[in-house]
Amino acid sequence: MRVLRRHSALLFLAGLLLLLPLVLPNNFYYDIVIRMAINAIIVLGLNLLIGFAGQISLGHAGFIGIGAYASAIFPTHFGWHPLVAMAAGAAIASAIAAILARPIFRLKGHYLAMATLGLGIIIAIVIKNEAAYTGGPDGMPVAALGLMGFEISGEKQWYWVLAALLLFSFWAARNLIDSPFGRALRALHGSEVASQVMGVDVVRYKVAIFVLSAFFASLMGSVTAHYIGFVTPNIADFFHSIELVTMVVIGGMASIYGSLIGAILLTALPQALSTFEGWETVAFGSILMLCMIFMPRGLVPTLTARFRPNEREDP
Amino acid sequence: MLSQFLQFLFSGITVGATYALAALGFTLIYNASNVINFAQGEFIMLGGMLAFFFMQSGLPLPLAILLAIAIPAVVGMLLEKLAIEPARDAEVVTLIIITIGASLVIRGLIQIWLGKGAHSYPAFSGSEPIHLGGATLLPQSLWVLGVTALVVIALWYFFSRTLAGKAILATSCNRLAAELVGINTQWVLLVSFARSAALGAIGGVLLTPITLTSYDVGIMLGLKGFVAAVVGGLGNGLGAVLGGLLVGIIEAMAAGYISSAYKDAVPFILILFILFFMPRGIFGAQVTERV
Amino acid sequence: MALLEVDNLSKAFGGVTAVQNVSFAVDRGLVYSVIGPNGAGKTTLFNLITGVYTPTEGDIRLDGRSIAGVAPHQLASQGMARTFQNLQICMNMTALENVMVGAHLQLDRNLVKAMLRFPGLARRDRELKDRARELMGFVGLGGYWNRAANSMPYGALKRLEIARALAAKPQILFLDEPAAGLNSKDTAEIDELVRKVADNDVTVVLVEHDMKMVMNISDRILVLDYGKKLTEGTAREVRENPDVIAAYLGSNA
Repeated sequence: MRVLRRHSALLFLAGLLLLLPLVLPNNFYYDIVIRMAINAIIVLGLNLLIGFAGQISLGHAGFIGIGAYASAIFPTHFGWHPLVAMAAGAAIASAIAAILARPIFRLKGHYLAMATLGLGIIIAIVIKNEAAYTGGPDGMPVAALGLMGFEISGEKQWYWVLAALLLFSFWAARNLIDSPFGRALRALHGSEVASQVMGVDVVRYKVAIFVLSAFFASLMGSVTAHYIGFVTPNIADFFHSIELVTMVVIGGMASIYGSLIGAILLTALPQALSTFEGWETVAFGSILMLCMIFMPRGLVPTLTARFRPNEREDP
Repeated sequence: MLSQFLQFLFSGITVGATYALAALGFTLIYNASNVINFAQGEFIMLGGMLAFFFMQSGLPLPLAILLAIAIPAVVGMLLEKLAIEPARDAEVVTLIIITIGASLVIRGLIQIWLGKGAHSYPAFSGSEPIHLGGATLLPQSLWVLGVTALVVIALWYFFSRTLAGKAILATSCNRLAAELVGINTQWVLLVSFARSAALGAIGGVLLTPITLTSYDVGIMLGLKGFVAAVVGGLGNGLGAVLGGLLVGIIEAMAAGYISSAYKDAVPFILILFILFFMPRGIFGAQVTERV
Repeated sequence: MALLEVDNLSKAFGGVTAVQNVSFAVDRGLVYSVIGPNGAGKTTLFNLITGVYTPTEGDIRLDGRSIAGVAPHQLASQGMARTFQNLQICMNMTALENVMVGAHLQLDRNLVKAMLRFPGLARRDRELKDRARELMGFVGLGGYWNRAANSMPYGALKRLEIARALAAKPQILFLDEPAAGLNSKDTAEIDELVRKVADNDVTVVLVEHDMKMVMNISDRILVLDYGKKLTEGTAREVRENPDVIAAYLGSNA
């Protein structure tokens, strides 16, 4: 029974992902779902940092850019295997995150926002300027992702890859939240002093979760690059970072389900708005503002609170 | 050698003055409400774009400038009234996102209304360069520097010599206490947003003849203004001005001597450096936290 | 040897010396109280001992080892736990989770194992959950397990802090005004709880305003005034000390 209850949400998500292909009419819809899954995985990682640990990052697209360009550059210019390139990208992103994190996380609030924002912008500028390797503003093509003679290609194959990745991320994120590590993370958000007194090395935990979210962002950058087959510097720019933070806060900070909902809604939004040529930015901005003014905790926690006022969403 | 250095210095100070105005804008709002207004850059853009629009519509220069400053001020007040005030007690992250949303709305509307093109208008008093020590200085740069200096002096006078200024300082210190002694803190917030928007717009109006403007220039200018404010120690007015000039000069020097392609990265490298080694900014004060 | 020894401890904030040359020792198993008028430096003393502040001068020894200036998260592993005057409950968690955080150092904190939910880690976590429930029962919060901390009444949060501190299995527990803001009935219950904690071999050091409570439960009392030690002794000795009376009521009384 306990196992079943613990995994009911996971089983539900698995069932949903299994059945979804039955109702997806064509590749256009597959493409949207794949993008939703990619964003959902990144947002899960980012929500651990922003929602659970309470540390903002306005530069996460920079890490996605590192992963994407590692997967583009290393196989093209150096002949590396795409999987090696992907691992290298994740290692570089993690290393940068780790080196910068220690000094960054002594800072709070606005200073932290500034530092992560600066980091993201620097990465984006480097990508734009090193045209010899990155193709500059025009971007560059990315080789297919192959494994033992088999190449992942086409929306349908990618769908299953991402469904598996999403399930794993969802499971892992929930596990993490409901573990000593995850509790320490939430505790330092709730009260830094109290968690220190309980023996939590606050800076170490902030660094660890920052590095972890950068690691996953980079991996998903690589996946995106291989899936689309082309990268442009837009993947690393400030607006992409903002888009991701928006998914976190609209879905709900410190909510695993919220991460999924936020990613799904905001990935669908541009499609829904595409009929209003030119108004996307305005609509996007208005939704951000309205959501934050009227539901500062985000969709899922606000709705949960309405139905179960004294309890928390099960981690 | 020297003339080249002077040339970089002139362009650095000119751009830096605009950053200083933006940084002052950040500081005014931060002091009154503890909010970092990420839409600050859009006011710079609004100033330039509106001035362009009104001049193109045939309004005389002074009137066009006046409107290009007054309208952003009203937008700033609307932002405070409609978006910041209702979310007063929200977390830092929430407030940051609200202002980012506002910045998207503003720049989206301008893009729809005035298009994606880059615009400019003639300098206020001709474009005959002034020769100085082998370098050239545009008359418009003098406008930028002169007006910035006037604004700084006016603000200094306001905060240190008038009751209204002291009311604002009191509000930033402790909102509740300020209310208890009868200060209308809502009014203080409104005025701070209006003033800060106007400061940004002034920068935009002055800078546009030199650098061009378009619907999307706000974000970079705003972020650099924020860098300047942090360099100067967030909340410190004089620090913001010096920070702005410093960021402008370092950026111009780096562009001239190192690499113009990385010009835009320079302020952000600078800020990371400063945050690592001087977390409270160059001119910031030391604060002990109490438990 | 005393469990806690404080030697000539001083702390200055800028020009203000909040604690000045304070020395005392706490023996194992006692309830030891620190009292004094407002601004006497009680909380500063607490923050110094528990590592939140670094002393300007002097030494603090726990079990014979110097702990002056050691970071709070390192003190926890040496058996020190505390509560706060202004509640430091993690409002973003449930009551039970708050208590579980208290046991942080006894658990496997590995990130990868946590993500993959290794069986050993999961089992230990379940065991801890049971113990946390017991502790909540011990402090009288039996029915609150799954309540969100931010939906609990003030008095319950005060106890929750104590349960959380006890989850760390401390040898010495610092309580910073556990009865502040409570009515007399709740205070009496906290009173009882403190005694119960001490009977379970946890040394208790207490800062408290409620004189009745202090006099009732303390084995020894330290009186601070203007950051300096005024006197130290049993409840009766302190009560009869003219300096103490003067400090509390003014010298003309």
